[in-house]
Amino acid sequence: MTTPTTPHGTFRPAPGAAPFATQVSAQARMETRLLLRNGEQLLLAVVIPLIVLVGGVLAADRVGLDFPYGVVDTLTPGVLALAVMSTSFTSLAIATGFERRYGVLKRLGASPLPRSGLLLGKVGALLFVELLQVLTISLVALALGWSPDLSVGTVLGALAVVLLGTAAFASLGLLIAGTLRAEATLAAANLVYLLLMAGGAVVIPSTSYGAFGPVTELLPSGALGNGMREALLHGALPVVPLLVLAAWAAVGTLLTSRTFTWE
Amino acid sequence: MVENLVMRYGDKVAVDGLSLSVERDSITAVLGPNGAGKTTTLETCEGYRAPQQGTVRVLGLDPRADRRALLPRIGVMLQDGGAWSGVRAVEMLRHVASLHAHPLDVGMLVERLGLGECGRTPYRRLSGGQQQRLSLAMAVVGRPELVFVDEPTAGMDPQARRTTWALLEELRADGVTIVLTTHYMDEAEQLADQVHVIDHGRLIASGSPFQLTRGTGNSTIRLVVTEPFPPGAPDSLQAALGPDTEVRPVNEQSLMISGPADASTLATVSAWCQQHGVLPESLTLGQRTLEDVFLQLTGRELAT
Repeated sequence: MTTPTTPHGTFRPAPGAAPFATQVSAQARMETRLLLRNGEQLLLAVVIPLIVLVGGVLAADRVGLDFPYGVVDTLTPGVLALAVMSTSFTSLAIATGFERRYGVLKRLGASPLPRSGLLLGKVGALLFVELLQVLTISLVALALGWSPDLSVGTVLGALAVVLLGTAAFASLGLLIAGTLRAEATLAAANLVYLLLMAGGAVVIPSTSYGAFGPVTELLPSGALGNGMREALLHGALPVVPLLVLAAWAAVGTLLTSRTFTWE
Repeated sequence: MVENLVMRYGDKVAVDGLSLSVERDSITAVLGPNGAGKTTTLETCEGYRAPQQGTVRVLGLDPRADRRALLPRIGVMLQDGGAWSGVRAVEMLRHVASLHAHPLDVGMLVERLGLGECGRTPYRRLSGGQQQRLSLAMAVVGRPELVFVDEPTAGMDPQARRTTWALLEELRADGVTIVLTTHYMDEAEQLADQVHVIDHGRLIASGSPFQLTRGTGNSTIRLVVTEPFPPGAPDSLQAALGPDTEVRPVNEQSLMISGPADASTLATVSAWCQQHGVLPESLTLGQRTLEDVFLQLTGRELAT
């Protein structure tokens, strides 16, 4: 076998970083591809929320659960919230935990991509995956008879809840990924997701939790779920949930910036 | 480039007052056994660690304070990892290329390093050698002025090693400065213009392979015997050979003789063997290798 050679001058140095926007978009596309390629994360992101939605509608019919609004109308905003939580919190935490473990963050740390670019790339990937989730879940919900309270105001309100919810949960996800080992992150992120899904007022309104209800309103999960319901079910501006989410985002970002280690 | 660097991990001193410099457009090898402080030194130059004492300048820049200016100009090959577990080799390389302004042609590099064979296999299932070659490709794809490669051929098969060496030599010919760490003597001898030998975080010798191996003008004889030497063997052989030579035990079945490798030395050695009832398995005469230099400087074998 001969060793291949290349013409003289091929490797002549020509260093330089790509424009920041190019780097961020490359990073976002890469992270999106990897998120969508991972079967478990897809399960978490789309399949579980759909099971909750369809299963909830069927179960409510059977046991005659009585909500003041229609079952699909009550459940869908919460299921959208659940999907946002699964991506911005669980998927992000697990992916980042393993990026640390496999030296990806270290490798990218030696590339021209600055940390702000890496974070923006991650946010871009999260928002794109969330868009796909919202489209899928909304289509299924509409097929089940969902009739949301749609106006410019409610859509903007829901959008604000999704964005602030993403910020809050992403900062908390990074907090876990940046401090625990990869396996511990995997376990913790899934456990917290399950606990919040069951007891965090994401899908079921805070009012259904009895005395525990006011507490759930202060959880990021409760604020995300209640905010989506206030916007899409009651057509109201979700002021309190937005404030709660903003507070969580601020606390999460502060803690993460203090504790996150890249290796 | 590195001056009086000290790095500690807890009580352990990894790098102990190390000073060394690197010439542009050359290959510099930092040679030493595992745990000598090679990777720590490299990672300080790459800006991953702040020097606890001393100063480090890379291309005239401070690797911490001027990080953003420095990073596009250097390429880094990590010892392991550095890619998503589910990513494909070419996909990963394209991604790193897209972060740079004037990257190399990815297809050329893929072909050059035989990465096409990785196909759609995710990174976690690539062989160690394939992961190494991808890592090297990621280090050079941005067309850097200076490349740091950490143990570039550890665990590679001979063909992949030759491919890697040829690539590094071509990079140098095109004006890229290369700093590599290695614990392979032949790698340093084959590739490097300049070798810095370090041990226990200290620089113990510097020079071209030629200067280091021919420095004393003497040759080396390696004596390997079939059974362990009788006690006191090195001293008695030393006495038989006289003060012009130096006898050093390597292990209980081999020793190294530095000095004039002439007929009389050889005759004395074989007479001594006969006299002490030891049977030589091999008696190797040759120029000193870097291995011998290392042994002479530290009294220890480099091989791990």
